[in-house]
Amino acid sequence: MALLSKKDANLIKDPLADNNPITIQVLGICSALAITAELKASVVMAISVLFVMGVGNVVISLIRNIIPSKIRIIVQLVVVAALVIIVDQVLKAFAYDLSKTLSVFIGLIITNCIIMGRFEAFALGNGPRRAFLDGIGNALGYGVILVIVGFFRELLGSGTLFGIKVLGDPIAKTGLYSIGYENNGFMIIPPAALIVVGVIIWVQRSRNRALIEEA
Amino acid sequence: MLEHLELFFKSIFVDNMVFAVFLGMCSYLAVSKKVTTAVGLGAAVIFVLGVTVPLNWLLDKYLLQDGALVWLGPEYADYDLSFLSFILFIATIATMVQLVEIVVEKFSPSLYNSLGIFLPLIAVNCAILGGSLFMQTRDIPNIGLALNYGISSGIGWFLAILAIAAIREKIRYSNVPAPLRGLGITFIITGLMGIGFQSFGGMLTGDNEPPEETQSTTAETQKEKEIKKEIDEDEKAISYNEALNK
Repeated sequence: MALLSKKDANLIKDPLADNNPITIQVLGICSALAITAELKASVVMAISVLFVMGVGNVVISLIRNIIPSKIRIIVQLVVVAALVIIVDQVLKAFAYDLSKTLSVFIGLIITNCIIMGRFEAFALGNGPRRAFLDGIGNALGYGVILVIVGFFRELLGSGTLFGIKVLGDPIAKTGLYSIGYENNGFMIIPPAALIVVGVIIWVQRSRNRALIEEA
Repeated sequence: MLEHLELFFKSIFVDNMVFAVFLGMCSYLAVSKKVTTAVGLGAAVIFVLGVTVPLNWLLDKYLLQDGALVWLGPEYADYDLSFLSFILFIATIATMVQLVEIVVEKFSPSLYNSLGIFLPLIAVNCAILGGSLFMQTRDIPNIGLALNYGISSGIGWFLAILAIAAIREKIRYSNVPAPLRGLGITFIITGLMGIGFQSFGGMLTGDNEPPEETQSTTAETQKEKEIKKEIDEDEKAISYNEALNK
């Protein structure tokens, strides 16, 4: 990486695995789980968060020296809320069906703890360039988990990916269904998302035992 | 009266904030290690939801909805400010939380000591904003019901965090696989509890309730409706859950 120094590259790389916002820092679970029944919704959600975090981190970092620390939470909330309104309006204009599926969860990006957490922990103390990289890195780490969960839930639950029937047609009994495979309706119900994330955490921590929590 | 009761039980059990729509998960996971702190946070959530949902209902009704500004005069009738709702709702919540904190600190220092540290946390708890946003999308018709909705979904959240805190206190004595310890097992337990709560789903399907109401509003995809047919699978999962608990 000639473009980025090693320190900067780590800002993007760390949140992808060993310091993942969802599985390690436990931030931003709220919106992550409810919308992952479909891969498409997960991808859109990940992109929305990427936009809000990248831009938001830069804005906060630029005004960090003029925010009075007593009211910084409200200032941060207003910045995020403004960005989320942009995302919401764009989605309503260009992807109305999807914005219906995501319903209030786009609005809930405002209170996504990842965003507030990174503002507090990073953007308030670092310059705009590093803050931008940190925002992008964390949003990518969040997006990766979202896409993994969405992938498994849609594949196992409905046998589709992005709405395309990859495993054959369950009604006409083609493809995998011809040998008696059935969709697992359990994966579609909301609590399954929690279990899938739990299993992802399990896999990640068995591969990297340094992450195991003390009992 | 009946609609109040129905909304009350529905928001606690059927549309439980944690188990049905995953709101407030961050503080739910972070502050559920001990029952006493969980109770403090839960009480604060009930209180703040009970205050902010009716307030935001008023804002929505008289400021934001399509044509809501008509009380200013007929020429304002076609204004639709609903795109501003995120920013207004969150501003109301943040100010209310700050205000509540100041008032409680002044008048009841003992309550402040037990509740105080959680109050600032609550401004960014998604359950609070979620309460207001669901109140908006579900078109709650009057302020009494909005108050009811706020308090009862707060109680639902309170029950959830109380239950998980109690389980986490117990599970310390169990032999959980090391990589699953802490966060992992909490996720899986919450998932199993969520499946348990799904069984309340059929509880309130009285004839005076439009059938699509529970489904369309909880941000579950249309696919879920097709899946209703597969309720068998659901029951299998619940018995699996019970087997696991044994």
